[in-house]
Amino acid sequence: MKKSIKNALVITAALGLTAQALAAGKIEIFSWWAGDEGPALAALIKLYETKYPSVKVDNAAVTGGAGTNAKAVLKTRMLGGDPPDSFQAHAGQELTGTWVVANRMEDLSSLYKSEGWSSKFPKAVIDLISYKGGIYSVPVDVHRSNVMWYVPANLKKWGVSAPKTWHDMLTVCTTLKAKGVATPLVMGENWTQQMIWESIATAMLGTKGWNDLWSGNLKFTDPKVVSTFSMYGNILDCANKDASGLSWQQATDRMLAGQAAFNIMGDWAAGYMTTTKKLKPGTDFAWSASPSTNGVFIMLADSFGLPKGVKNRAEVVNWLKVLGSKQGQDAFNPLKGSIAARTDSDLSKYGAYSQSAAKDWKKNTIVGSMVHGAAAPESFTSGFGSVNDDFVSNRDAKAAAQASQDLADKSRIGM
Amino acid sequence: MKRLSTDRLWAIAVLTPSVILLAVFVYGFIFRTAYTSLTDWGNDPAQAFSLTPIIRFIGLQNYHDLFTSNLNVRFRQDLVSTLFFTVFFIVGCLGLGLSMALLLDRNPKAEGLWRTIFLFPMSLSFIVTGTIWRWMLQPQGGLNQLFHLNPASNGWLTSRDSVWSFDWNKLPLITATIVGLVLLWVAWLAFRDGQRTRTWVALGCAALLLLWALVIGPNVKLLPAPELHGFNIAFIGIIIAAIWQMSGYTMALYLAGLRGIPEELREASRVDGANEWNTYRHVIFPLLAPITLSAMIILGHISLKIFDLVFAMTGPDNGPTDVPALLMYITSFRQNALAVGAAIGTVLLLLVAVIIIPYLFSQFKTQEGHA
Repeated sequence: MKKSIKNALVITAALGLTAQALAAGKIEIFSWWAGDEGPALAALIKLYETKYPSVKVDNAAVTGGAGTNAKAVLKTRMLGGDPPDSFQAHAGQELTGTWVVANRMEDLSSLYKSEGWSSKFPKAVIDLISYKGGIYSVPVDVHRSNVMWYVPANLKKWGVSAPKTWHDMLTVCTTLKAKGVATPLVMGENWTQQMIWESIATAMLGTKGWNDLWSGNLKFTDPKVVSTFSMYGNILDCANKDASGLSWQQATDRMLAGQAAFNIMGDWAAGYMTTTKKLKPGTDFAWSASPSTNGVFIMLADSFGLPKGVKNRAEVVNWLKVLGSKQGQDAFNPLKGSIAARTDSDLSKYGAYSQSAAKDWKKNTIVGSMVHGAAAPESFTSGFGSVNDDFVSNRDAKAAAQASQDLADKSRIGM
Repeated sequence: MKRLSTDRLWAIAVLTPSVILLAVFVYGFIFRTAYTSLTDWGNDPAQAFSLTPIIRFIGLQNYHDLFTSNLNVRFRQDLVSTLFFTVFFIVGCLGLGLSMALLLDRNPKAEGLWRTIFLFPMSLSFIVTGTIWRWMLQPQGGLNQLFHLNPASNGWLTSRDSVWSFDWNKLPLITATIVGLVLLWVAWLAFRDGQRTRTWVALGCAALLLLWALVIGPNVKLLPAPELHGFNIAFIGIIIAAIWQMSGYTMALYLAGLRGIPEELREASRVDGANEWNTYRHVIFPLLAPITLSAMIILGHISLKIFDLVFAMTGPDNGPTDVPALLMYITSFRQNALAVGAAIGTVLLLLVAVIIIPYLFSQFKTQEGHA
C-alpha cells in the first residue's frame, strides 16, 4: 500500500517535470473576451501559438460585459501582488489613470521603436496611451462610439431623413411623434445614455473643446458645457422612458422592429446586426455619424500592456509583438467586428460597415471616448454614471455640470 | 475528573482551528476594513494600486463626506432605499408567510405538496430569482404581455418616480422626534408598571430630545441645498421578487410554530367561549411572537446586505434601484476609492449590528433566565 503511494508520487513528479520541460514558457492572458468575442481572442492565441509553439498559453478570460467582473478580479490580483502576465484594458485613461500612474506598468517605447509602430498607429492613439513621454500599451482593435443606426425603409415610410445636426434631430423628433412614433430615438441602460451625451458634447464643444475638458482647460461649469446638458435633456424627451431596463441589443432590436427610428450605439451593433440578426448592411440597416459629428471619430480601443514584475516577461513581449502586427490585427478584428488600430490593415478581410469605418479612421479627427475609458479615468467615468442617472431624473443641467466638475476635481483631471 | 479533562482537551483542540479562522477572517477583516475606512486610500489614483501605497489616516472624513458631500447623493438615496426596502420586504414576507401557514394549518388536501410548492422558491439562489423576475418584469416581458399592459406606463423596474420624499437636511430633526416619541412611550409603559426611576429618566430624555428637535433641530443643515429622497417606485419589482423568494421560509417557521401549539389550548379557549378570530388573536398570535421576532431578524439582515438580487435584476448602474452593497462594490472596484468603499461597508455592518445585537442580547437574557 505504502509502496504504491510512493510510486504514484514518483510518477506524478516525473510527469510534472516533463510537462515543464515540454513547455519552455507559459503566459497567462487576462481578458473579458469570453462570450461573443471568444473566437476572436482564440484566433489571436492560435496565431501566437504557431509562432511560439513551445509556449503554453493560459487563457484567463473572466465573463461579464465590458469587463465589469474582470476589472474587479484584476484589481484584487494586482493588490495581492499576483499580476497576470498581460491583461486587457481600454486604451487611454482607464489604463494610464489606474495602472500607469500607480507605477505598475512597463514603458513600451523601445518596443514601438524596434517594431516601427510609431508610424503605423495614428498619432492621436499613441497620445492616448502615452503618459509622461512613455508609451504603455498596444491597442489591438478600435471601435467607434458615435454612430447612429436606422432602417432606411422605415425612414422612407415615415418620410424623414437621417438628421445631420442635433437641431435637425429635434425637428425630426417632432415630426415622428406627430406620426405616432412614440420613441424617435431608442436608448438602453445607463452607459448607452452616456454615449448620447458624449456625442452631443463632442458635437457642441468641438474636438478641441472636448479634449480641453479632459485636460482641465475647460471647466464643466462653463456655459458651453451646461448647454450640452440642456441639449441632452431635449434629446432625452425624444427617447424611451424605460431605457434603464434595456440592454443595448434590446434597444437596437426596437429600432430594427420599427418601434423607434434611430439608435446611437458603438459599432459593435454592426456585428450584432450582420452576424446575429443576419441583416444586410446598407439595405436592412444603415448608419451615419451621430448628428453634428461628421468627420469626428470618437474612438475606444482594447489594449494590452506589460505589468511590472511578471514572471514570463519575454513571452509577454512576444505576445505584444503579435498583437501589434498587421497579421495579428487582421486575424482578430474581422471576427470581433472592430477595425484594426493600425492604418495599413487589409480591408478586403472586413465587412461593409468596417470598411467604411476604416476609411473614416484614416481621415477623421480622432478623439477618445469618455464612457469607454479613453478620455477620462475610471474614477470619473464611474461617478459620471450617477451624474447621468440624476440628470435623467431631474433634468437639472446646472446641477449636472456642477456635479461633473466636483467629480473632475476629485479625480484630479487636469492636475 | 480525568475523563472530563480529556474531553475538554478534545473540545479545545477541535474548536481552536475555527476560532482562529473566525478571528482572522471575520474579526480581523472587520477591524482591517474599519481601519481602512479611516484612511485616504484610493483618493489619489497614483496611490490606489501602487505596490507600496502611501496611505494617510484621515479620521472620520470619509464618513463625513458620505453623509454630507455633494458627490455622495447616491449613498444617501441608497440608505433611504434600504430602509423602505427592509420595511416592505419584512412586512410582505411576514404577512404572506403567516397567511400561507394559516391556510396550511387547516389541513387542506395534499398539504405536503402545497408546502413544497410554497417553500420551493427558497431553494433558488437570488441570482436565479433575479434573472427570472427580470424577464417577467421587463418593459416587454412576461407580466406586461400577460395582462396587456402598456410597457410605456408600467415600468416595473425602470420607473424614475418616487413617493414619500423628504429633505435629507431634516434628518436630525426627524430622528430626534421619532426617538423622543419612542422614549415618551417607554416612560408611559414604565409609569403604568409603577417603575418610578425609569419613568423619570425616560421622560427626561424624551423632553431633552424633543426640546432639541423643536429649538435647535430646524437650524441644523447637513447640506447647503435641500435634497429630496424618497421611496423609488422601481423598487416595487425587486420587493416582489424578494418576497416571492423568502415568504416560503417564513411560512415554514410559522407552520412549525402553529403545529407546536398544543390542541388543549385551542380547546380551552373554545370552552371559554372564544370564537375562531378571538382564539387566534388572544391565544395563537401571542404564542407566535418569538417566531415573528426571529423571522424579522433573519429577513432584516438579508435585506440590509442584499446585493445579488438587485445586481441580477437591474444591474449595477441603475440609480433608482441601487442599494449600499452595490454601491460599495462599484466604489471600491470601479471608482478605485477603496477607503470610501470600506466606509460604506462599515456603515452596512453597523446597520446590521443595530438589528442583530439587541436580538442576541435578548436571547442571552432569556437563556440566563431559564438557567
